[in-house]
Amino acid sequence: MGNNSIKKTLIVAFALCIVCSVIVSTAAVALRPQQQLNQELDRKTNILNVAKLYEEGMDVEEVFGDEITARVVDLKTGEYAEQFDPETFNQFEAASDPATGRTLSGPEDLAGISRAENYATVYLVGDPDSPEQIVLPIRGQGLWGLMSGFLSVKGDGNTIISITYYELSETPGLGAEVNNPRWQSLWEGKEIYAESGDLTPEIHLSKSASGEHEVDALSGATLTSNGVTNMLKFWLSTEGFAEYLARFRDGVSQAEAQQADVELESEGA
Amino acid sequence: MADVTPKSVLTTPIFQNNPIALQILGICSALAVTTSLGVSMVMAFAVIFVTSLSNFFVSLIRNHIPSSIRIIVQMTIIASLVIVVDQILKAYAYEMSKQLSVFVGLIITNCIVMGRAEGFAMSNSPGLSFLDGVGNGLGYGFVLMVVGFVRELLGSGSVFGFTVLQTVQDGGWYVGNGLLLLPPSAFFVIGLLIWVMRSLNPEQVEENEFQMKENTQPKEAV
Repeated sequence: MGNNSIKKTLIVAFALCIVCSVIVSTAAVALRPQQQLNQELDRKTNILNVAKLYEEGMDVEEVFGDEITARVVDLKTGEYAEQFDPETFNQFEAASDPATGRTLSGPEDLAGISRAENYATVYLVGDPDSPEQIVLPIRGQGLWGLMSGFLSVKGDGNTIISITYYELSETPGLGAEVNNPRWQSLWEGKEIYAESGDLTPEIHLSKSASGEHEVDALSGATLTSNGVTNMLKFWLSTEGFAEYLARFRDGVSQAEAQQADVELESEGA
Repeated sequence: MADVTPKSVLTTPIFQNNPIALQILGICSALAVTTSLGVSMVMAFAVIFVTSLSNFFVSLIRNHIPSSIRIIVQMTIIASLVIVVDQILKAYAYEMSKQLSVFVGLIITNCIVMGRAEGFAMSNSPGLSFLDGVGNGLGYGFVLMVVGFVRELLGSGSVFGFTVLQTVQDGGWYVGNGLLLLPPSAFFVIGLLIWVMRSLNPEQVEENEFQMKENTQPKEAV
């Protein structure tokens, strides 16, 4: 039987396909748990990172489990949406589902994401009832593509701790400097809202930053900086987390005051 | 090229017959992944793995491959190996696989892999083919490392992620060369590398395939 006969050709093609598909599917199935673990770990590391709890070589799973509680928030009312399980709730799927997301158009769509979710997962550091920090997921259009990241806010719902992006395609050396620790450290202590009753964020990037509501823009990356400003304006407005953060800003002011007193006393003693 | 010994198939592709520098194959991925040395190295290992094993398996069944579907057979073997590499990287080197993104998958289209399967493995024994794959992978990796070194050092001021030249963004003095962080810069670096290699080995310089017309000779224009 010659190599070029039709029969031989079919046999070789068929046998090869069987062998290759077995190898490929074995690799895919056998390695999937490990891959999912990695993705989980990556997400948790990013959250710990933005909450400034991450240290090189720490046990991410353990610290995450001890320190952080995930909750799903109804963005319209700012209440927790108990009907979703934070472990399985997927915000990105929620955005494309008509039941849990909405289409944005025109000036509404500041962040350039075309669909937004009505429910979002937030991560609370410390006691979930009066958290030390609130980690909010943010995303929006940069210069070249979508940028996804986290913003961490103090328990007063107004003071920023840090910002980090885990997915972006900005220009290396210019826009991608959003993940430069030096630039990230500029965010610490900045305040989102100007007045206590405001639901429209005041925070933005500026070429000559001064005051509590301005952060230095990235030099040479104007469009990326605009993207960051726009996504903050979107996610911290009533379209995003404004109602949710308002709960902490109103409610916490007293608790915060008490805590401050306690701290003062302990310092005095 | 004429004598096929285990040593020669392993070492000639690194300098004398480098797949990128002499044969100008596999340039695309060399542009994309060389912004940092770490990524270049992982990519080099991935390519070595794929070329050597695809060569080995193609050679193993070379006497049974019908010539009418031989390219598809080679492609299937290469594609399967690449998927396996991609899965392994995602499982055990997640950070790296995030940076390499689609370029691991694109090893399938890397001309070096296909070229060696068709050009060498189809007519040589499995052992030799395997070594030939390793050699060509090393040749590819060598160029990747050189380009990655230049681009990371001058672009981000570091080597393997360790800061050598402190950049302005980090409060140092070095103003990183933004061009070197973008893919086109690899063309310049590879071009210079080819120039250096051909100056050292003048026999690598190709003969002109055709003679230019006399009045267009650049020498006479001067």
